Amino acid sequence: MTETTGNLHVMNRAALTKRLVAGLKNREAVIGGIGNSNWDLWAADRTRGENFYMLGSMGLAAPIAMGVAIAQPKRRVFALEGDGSLLMQLGCLSTIAAQGVRNLCVVVWDNGIYQITGGQGTPARASGTDIVAIARASGIASAAWAADEAEFDALVARALATDGPHLIGVKIDNEPGREQTDRDPIRFRESFMRAMALPV
Amino acid sequence: MNEPARPANTWHEILRQAFKDHDVRLVTYVPDNVLRPLIEGCHADPFFTTFPCVREEEAVGIVTGATMAGMRGVVLMQTSGFATLPNVLASLVVACQVPVVMVVSERGTLGEFNPGQAIVCRTMRPILDSMGIEHHTMTRLDEAAFIADRTIRQAFATRWPACLILSPLLTGGRK
Ligand SMILES: Cc1ncc(C[n+]2csc(CCOP(=O)(O)OP(=O)(O)O)c2C)c(N)n1
Repeated sequence: MTETTGNLHVMNRAALTKRLVAGLKNREAVIGGIGNSNWDLWAADRTRGENFYMLGSMGLAAPIAMGVAIAQPKRRVFALEGDGSLLMQLGCLSTIAAQGVRNLCVVVWDNGIYQITGGQGTPARASGTDIVAIARASGIASAAWAADEAEFDALVARALATDGPHLIGVKIDNEPGREQTDRDPIRFRESFMRAMALPV
Repeated sequence: MNEPARPANTWHEILRQAFKDHDVRLVTYVPDNVLRPLIEGCHADPFFTTFPCVREEEAVGIVTGATMAGMRGVVLMQTSGFATLPNVLASLVVACQVPVVMVVSERGTLGEFNPGQAIVCRTMRPILDSMGIEHHTMTRLDEAAFIADRTIRQAFATRWPACLILSPLLTGGRK
């Protein structure tokens, strides 16, 4: 598990999302954040009812995932969130830690930019902010950078097998999302609720 | 449920009972002085999972996730907290049609001393109306149980958010 940002391999969100989703065998819930996080989740497997695509509320993927995790302690829940989005709602890391949400894992796709709105750099990139260090300082002890694809797999395996809350930071390239979701929030909510009604 | 059979006779006991009657088990809040007895009552009651959030929109996100996964919830806040919510209400709660119940303790009216609070208060009902979110202002103890019960019932039956506004006429407000 990697604790600093010095030696991180730059990876690809679409490839890692595919890898993550392909490894889920127990109806784990996955909440995709606004824009690219969603779009690569959709591209990874749009038929998965356990995916929820959050279309408009920047920064709320982790809180929504936390709510799912509290309602269903037996189900493992992932939030996929961009760094810019998480920066808007950093306090949620304290809330997650305070409640000790065991079955939750937040994956942060850190490209250092607001890719979807034109690639502007984030203040955090300019200042050298370390999001994993923030998560740890917020009380999420199991927070780590994934140095490469193999370590990403290992961290996901840890999130599936051990008590969290977990946070995985991933340095990614600036590729936009590969496909776009439908824009049908009611259908997303309905299919997600149907999937959540099935036992784990 | 595990309460003594004494009738609820304060506004906060009435609300707590209405939550229970509709199986609303998740209570999230950003604190407010007026809400204190309700918050404390929920914390003390094992029926509820109760915790503070750092922002009201975060709490709305949490309750949305929980509701979609089968656990009903409520967000308690003050008027100023409500004023931070239009984006999440429009883009998540209303767009997805999720019955998130909000309880707002109303500040900024009936004797407010802070001009900013008074202006913020005037934004609340127009914001709710603009999205078609039903809201009821609770002013009287004898109506409180009816309004709380029916508002929460309708929210879940129609899959639409709803907002209960607690007037200083009911709560006494901030002294
Ligand atoms: C509250 C709010 N402010 C601004 C926007 C506009 N906006 C949409 S996506 C986005 C950037 C998201 O950045 P990040 O989460 O880092 O994802 P990336 O685009 O880099 O994949 C912004 C600024 C918005 N949707 N909501």
